[in-house]
Amino acid sequence: MSASAALRLGLIGSPNAGKTTLFNALTGLRAKVGNYPGVTVERREGSSEVAGRSAVFIDLPGSYSLEPLSPDEAVVSRVLDGELIDPPDALIVVADACSLARSMLFVAQVLRRNVPTCLVITMIDELEARGGELDLPRLERALGVPVRGVVGHRGRGLDELRDLLGAPESWARPPIPPPEDALGRAGWVDSVLATALVREPGTSRITQSIDRVILHPVAGSLLFAAVMVTFFQLIFAWAAPAMDAIDAGISAAARAVHASLPAGLLADFLADGLIAGVGAVVIFLPQILLLFGVLYLLEDIGYMARAAFVIDRVMGRVGLEGRAFVSLLSSYACAVPGIMATRTIPSPRNRLVTMLVAPLMTCSARLPVYALLIGAFVPPTAVWGPIGLQGLVLLGLYLGGAVAALGVAALLKRTLLRGEEFPFYMELPPYRLPTVKLWLSQVWGSASAFLRRAGTIILLVSVVLWVLLTFPRTEPPADASPGEASRYALAHSFAGRAGHALEPAIAPLGFDWKIGVGLLASLAAREVIVATLAQIYAASDEETSLREAIRSDRRPDTGRPVFDPPTVASLLVFFVFALQCMSTLAVLRRETNSWRWPLFAFGYLLTLAYGASFATYRIVGSLTIW
Amino acid sequence: MGPRFAATPLSALAPGSSGVIVAVDTEAPVARRLLDLGFIPGSRVTVVRRAPLRDPVEYEVRGTRLCLRNSEASCIQVRSADGA
Repeated sequence: MSASAALRLGLIGSPNAGKTTLFNALTGLRAKVGNYPGVTVERREGSSEVAGRSAVFIDLPGSYSLEPLSPDEAVVSRVLDGELIDPPDALIVVADACSLARSMLFVAQVLRRNVPTCLVITMIDELEARGGELDLPRLERALGVPVRGVVGHRGRGLDELRDLLGAPESWARPPIPPPEDALGRAGWVDSVLATALVREPGTSRITQSIDRVILHPVAGSLLFAAVMVTFFQLIFAWAAPAMDAIDAGISAAARAVHASLPAGLLADFLADGLIAGVGAVVIFLPQILLLFGVLYLLEDIGYMARAAFVIDRVMGRVGLEGRAFVSLLSSYACAVPGIMATRTIPSPRNRLVTMLVAPLMTCSARLPVYALLIGAFVPPTAVWGPIGLQGLVLLGLYLGGAVAALGVAALLKRTLLRGEEFPFYMELPPYRLPTVKLWLSQVWGSASAFLRRAGTIILLVSVVLWVLLTFPRTEPPADASPGEASRYALAHSFAGRAGHALEPAIAPLGFDWKIGVGLLASLAAREVIVATLAQIYAASDEETSLREAIRSDRRPDTGRPVFDPPTVASLLVFFVFALQCMSTLAVLRRETNSWRWPLFAFGYLLTLAYGASFATYRIVGSLTIW
Repeated sequence: MGPRFAATPLSALAPGSSGVIVAVDTEAPVARRLLDLGFIPGSRVTVVRRAPLRDPVEYEVRGTRLCLRNSEASCIQVRSADGA
């Protein structure tokens, strides 16, 4: 190994030990994220300098054991064996000071590996607050490896740790490895802690008192429901002012382009293709920030595990588990992180079922579609106090997706994916005040991931669509009015022809060719249909906003509104079910390592969507004469 | 009041009571993971509470709060430590 080669340091520890906070503190958030070859576990590495040497930190997945129960769990031991990537030169085992009696069981397994190892004890401040006292020098002597204490989010102890990390070659090794069998290991841990843990920490009184309320059979269930209801109201109502501001900014930018450039292809492209396309996506950033903000806040505080505890029985009834709920709840933001969150589910079968139904949860990309249709066609009548009809319709769509997800999961577990069950266990970590820095980095990471998708896939699709909607340029009849002329040009464009070709297939759902074009475009990502409709209607009607445009659009043959109540209901229902998102398909492909499951998901969801939309169109149509 | 020294499944303990683990059913596929989580013979375990729908159940063992479903907890044999 050359002198300039970077030191490879593996971070290893149980979930909730503070490993990610320490990783961020050591690497300054410059993580490279990828995948381990052949499996679905995320690979995170970050570079930094320790004691004058360059070092690569490898953040290994949180684990309770080095004896894997699934291929994903095997990643940690395979990395240590050097099977997946170059093995780390040294290991940093991270353990939470308040649960040493448990976490040292894992430390014992790691110390049996013949790799230079040091132990980092996190949350020393919490230990002290709970009246505990840990003698680090004694712990170091008892273990025979270097031990350091840190408070990761405050930076306490980091300098000493960095100094240590510079020279793993000189680290002491345990004279004899800890015992291998469980009983021997427990005895070893108890004797080590008998010398080092001067005073055991009391149970966290704060956590105890909060849990008495939050996990109370009645109060806890009510709170759970309240948290979920607040969630919807929050993302739908509170984001509105920021969205209005963005909307105004986008329109102003488009007007400015038209005003400053000569009329023609370039101005049309910039204003109606580029700015309109990006704007239709960026406008939903406030909702997405709120959504991820609340999700991560609940996660960091420790409520998400409690929510899983409360709801596990319900999930168990459909063959899933409480942790699947967390993944499904994340899918409310986006199925992509939701599907990736299934990695915390140890049972491979439960994980697959959760991934297959995650796209049914109402992701934030559906919100633009729902917001457009509800905003345009559902009156903002107050129903009860601050709860309005629009919010209730939205809630109904959310519930429809969730009920469908649970139903399909139960069906899959009873038919296609039957088999022996995997153990269920879940830790309830103590409540912790979230650190603003970690929270901000999580929220920003997720929001910027959405923006990157918006900036690449959606912008690309928007531009391609603009081309498809603009070319080939067809001369309208000479006597046509300007409005009819642009509609004529649109109807004869590539996209218009594709939409017309699709019309016989979607007419039973109440959709015309314009909605057909939107559905084709939304295969890239659901929210693209909004950009597409904006483009179709901007092309046919320059001055009115999209909401007004779709409200006033009439069918050329009958003169009746294109978006009549049966069609609006049918379209909303279609979006509840259909897997209109190539990012989700791509991540399903990656997580299941085959095209079989993404294609299965796409097929069954399209079938569901078509059937449900057809039924909705007929039922709503027969209920009332519109 | 049950017999003082008889082993019972952990799932049979009432919330608030505690016991000492005497055995983990090694036939069960979950056994190895339960041991790694700290459910080790000789360790003391306390039943903290049941979930609102009675399953899963929160336990405290070796300084950690963990939830198990009754199906898993029934693989763990405990001797009641409360006596009275």
